Amino acid sequence: MLLTQQILNGLLDGVYYLLIALGLSLIFSLGGIVNLAHGAFYAIGAYLTLVFSAYLGFGGAFIAAPVAVALLGMIIERTLFRRFYRADPILSLLMTFGLAMIAEQALRMIFGAPPLSYSIPPWLRGQVAIGGFIYSFYRVVLLGIAAACVAGLWLLLQKTSFGRVVRAGVQNPDMVGALGISLQPYMSAVAAIGIGLAGLAGVLLAPIYSIHPAMGQEIITPAFVVVVIGGLGSFWGVVAAALLVGLVKGIMVGIGYSAASTAAIYLLMLLVLLFRPRGLFGERILRFE
Amino acid sequence: MSNNLHFTRRRLLTTAGTLALASGISAPGILRAQGTEVIRIGHLTPRTGFLGPLGEYAVMAADLAIEEINAAGGMMGRKVELLKEDSVNPQTASTKAERMIERDKVACIIGEISSASCLTIAQVAQRNKVLYINTGGNSDALRGSDCKRYMFHVESQNSMYVKSVGRSFLREGLVKGKKWYSLTADYAFGHDLLKVAKRFMEGNGGQFAGDDLVPTDATDFSAYLLKIRDAKPDLVVINLAGTQTTNFLKQYAEFGLTFPVGGFGFDTALAWAAGKGNFVGTWPVVWHHLVDTPGTKNFVAAFTKKYSKPPENQAWGDYVATKIVAQAVNELKSTDSTKMIEYFEKGAKFDLLKTRQGYFRTSDHQLMHEMYAVTALPADKIKNQWDIFTSSAPVPGPNEDLEAIAATKEENSCTFPT
Repeated sequence: MLLTQQILNGLLDGVYYLLIALGLSLIFSLGGIVNLAHGAFYAIGAYLTLVFSAYLGFGGAFIAAPVAVALLGMIIERTLFRRFYRADPILSLLMTFGLAMIAEQALRMIFGAPPLSYSIPPWLRGQVAIGGFIYSFYRVVLLGIAAACVAGLWLLLQKTSFGRVVRAGVQNPDMVGALGISLQPYMSAVAAIGIGLAGLAGVLLAPIYSIHPAMGQEIITPAFVVVVIGGLGSFWGVVAAALLVGLVKGIMVGIGYSAASTAAIYLLMLLVLLFRPRGLFGERILRFE
Repeated sequence: MSNNLHFTRRRLLTTAGTLALASGISAPGILRAQGTEVIRIGHLTPRTGFLGPLGEYAVMAADLAIEEINAAGGMMGRKVELLKEDSVNPQTASTKAERMIERDKVACIIGEISSASCLTIAQVAQRNKVLYINTGGNSDALRGSDCKRYMFHVESQNSMYVKSVGRSFLREGLVKGKKWYSLTADYAFGHDLLKVAKRFMEGNGGQFAGDDLVPTDATDFSAYLLKIRDAKPDLVVINLAGTQTTNFLKQYAEFGLTFPVGGFGFDTALAWAAGKGNFVGTWPVVWHHLVDTPGTKNFVAAFTKKYSKPPENQAWGDYVATKIVAQAVNELKSTDSTKMIEYFEKGAKFDLLKTRQGYFRTSDHQLMHEMYAVTALPADKIKNQWDIFTSSAPVPGPNEDLEAIAATKEENSCTFPT
């Protein structure tokens, strides 16, 4: 029974990585930007939740904070990312690493280093029982929101003309250009969506995680592991990898090897890469090989 | 080399300009202090990572202490300058300690929170024969198997934490014949604390229903909470460090668990961050801002005036350590580390903002002083975001020896390497 609970919880746990990893994967596949600052946008999302909640309540912050982070992402794309699309990924890696440090220090200067307090609003507190499985109501809501985001993003990428251009851009940007379509506005939109999702994760996790300037660093490493395991350019690969990572961690804790729960996800990554060097469902993207 | 000899006119001008500027900047400092040279003190503490939020309080407090020391005439009439660095991790901490000693010629090093970094700094200090005062590393091993003649401890050791709060647990009947479930941070501090906690628990007739080691980068505790709910313990013991404690408390409330909670490691900043309704349980603390003494009231007032928030317990450690160094230097009229160690070992007394004065125990260099157990207030009794707990009277009590809560020589023996 306990192991079943751990498996379910592990799957739910993986959903948080998903929100971060999807954006990370999207921005990397389209622009070739290794966005080490992605975690910083998650942290900014959490801090903005605090700021907006004072005026708008949690419901208002839930809308306003991700939108503000998405706008910030768009500005960053226009001013910084744009310069590195055709360059060596090492350069964008250095640039976003610097950006992450600047963002963290800025949060520290504005809000101070000590962690700030923020709680689940009373109307989202409580427990739900699903059979013998008692779970936090807040996390069920969180799961619903995350699932809706994933479904929405999938529809956007698969069923709209916007999505078709983005997918074509991932595979062959030159051909898209030759067809007379400028990828620039699409790049901005994708950065806004990807970074906005990180901001959304910040909003959703602010009530249950500790809010401090370095919180972005805590989430960025597992998010990268998820993207690598899932495989570049693969939407479902990232989804599967996020759930798998959550599952492996949950089971390790469940069977009493909690000390190795972090190490296990790196081992998982190693195993996947040994057998599938492009990740689980990784597609072959010529530009990166 | 040839560049130095080959002085062009432009170079001469810039050099002269720089010199003029430099002397212009430093002139007021020279005038203010009576001596010719400033006394430098090195301050190393983590400012990034999961201990960073606590390190920030340490820095604020050390700055305040230096400000007050300089306003009162400095050390031996000389101005004191604080060199502050982020220790980051044990490797970086030792490199920076080395540089502070060799290049900056600091009189001593103060600080640190991670027990692992304390050890590497202490090794550098011992090798170079420079005094190091540990203000935040709790591990008993630092006062036992890893003790160093040049290292002193203002921060209490794990044994003191366990025995202070253990008295509260005993009083509430949470030990004898009871089952505890513990979560322990998977690094030096946690391992050490678990060992001491087990010794206390088994010595008093209780047992552990389960203990999980938690990787220091874990942020989500749902898997652990499910196990705790299943184990139905009589007490949940949290031996985590840094922001993990806050994460745990928030998620414990989220999952609606109601088993009594306690812990052997604690920092008020983490309770403040968990906030009203999430912060529960009974915890040991080396000092807190509600301690009812004139010394504490002055410190809290000065700190709040400067930073618009009250100091947390880590601030106390670095503040008091800096004041202890100032007292030693002023009394000895020397910054010689060996002389300071002699002074400490001879049983010098220090004002620690508590009801009783404290002193360093000669056998292991641990500061002997009072501690407190704090208990979370129910949500409806909380008036502001800071005063969210009530405190026990000082432990040990007024008629007890200060050494009553420290590790005994049998529990933890130290032989200083010569």
